[in-house]
Amino acid sequence: MDWIFEPWPWYISGPLIALIMFFLLMIGKNFGMSDNLRTLCSLCGAGKTSDFFKFDWKAQRWNLIVVLGAIIGGFIGSYYLSNETAVAINPEVIENLQSLGFNSAGKTYLPTELYDMSALTHIKSVSILILGGLLVGFGARYAGGCTSGHAISGLSDLQGPSLIAVIGFFIGGIFMIHVLFPIIF
Amino acid sequence: MRSIIYLVIGVFFGIVMYKSEAASWFRIYEMFQFKAFHMYGIIGSALGMGIIVVQSIKRYKIKSFYGKQIIFIPKEKSIGRYLIGGIIFGLGWALVGACPGPMFTLIGAGYIPVLVVIVSALLGTFVYGVIRHKLPH
Repeated sequence: MDWIFEPWPWYISGPLIALIMFFLLMIGKNFGMSDNLRTLCSLCGAGKTSDFFKFDWKAQRWNLIVVLGAIIGGFIGSYYLSNETAVAINPEVIENLQSLGFNSAGKTYLPTELYDMSALTHIKSVSILILGGLLVGFGARYAGGCTSGHAISGLSDLQGPSLIAVIGFFIGGIFMIHVLFPIIF
Repeated sequence: MRSIIYLVIGVFFGIVMYKSEAASWFRIYEMFQFKAFHMYGIIGSALGMGIIVVQSIKRYKIKSFYGKQIIFIPKEKSIGRYLIGGIIFGLGWALVGACPGPMFTLIGAGYIPVLVVIVSALLGTFVYGVIRHKLPH
């Protein structure tokens, strides 16, 4: 059972994600995480400003419970199911990241330069977290879904729009990493 | 009772996101650098299995556990919103290394600064809701 405490390989993780989608379908629900951001906006009273948020959020309560579970799952995964949290990425990538100033590459789960508590005192780090969050939230809703809704659910249903969205995800991601990163960092 | 089912599915999802390292910023960066198969393997195998699952449900008209028909709603046909929205999402995904599922998983794993990302993502969603009529769809 020691393997549980090691990082899980893709051929275990990928099929498990499909299994999650299968269970959700079998109880009459859809796998899509970014819908929760809209629901949370409604919960916070955004319906007063825009009718986009005027809907019966209680019908989405199930998805909020899934999110609550995802939080608990993260806690269990990191505190009870992991011995070590360093992510063994490609050594070339580690070298590349260190040249950009990410000295935690290869040593931690997340870059301390962005996600350590101390990062909250750096204007640059906080600005990056805010900008990235804004883009993710805005883009996911504009595109009508995120990685789970389009790349997994939509593509599994062979939906053309989801393929366009996923191509967009990669155009944006590749542009950010290859063109904007060297400018930002 | 059903709430417990949703919670269990969510917990399972969170554990898979954390343990697969799909919630790691480094894995997302490495993916966009094309320097490892890991993330492509995760998405690819999930998708391969997913296609089999969904197409089987459709072909054999498999009913849900509650005996109801499983409905797949086709997404509205368009190119602009999916491409532009997708690109905006991708820019953010690469920057913060977390999409809307793993964001929550990381909170549970104890990374408090992720809250900044979540609040900003809520704000981004809100801004979309307010200006969406002015955007091409």
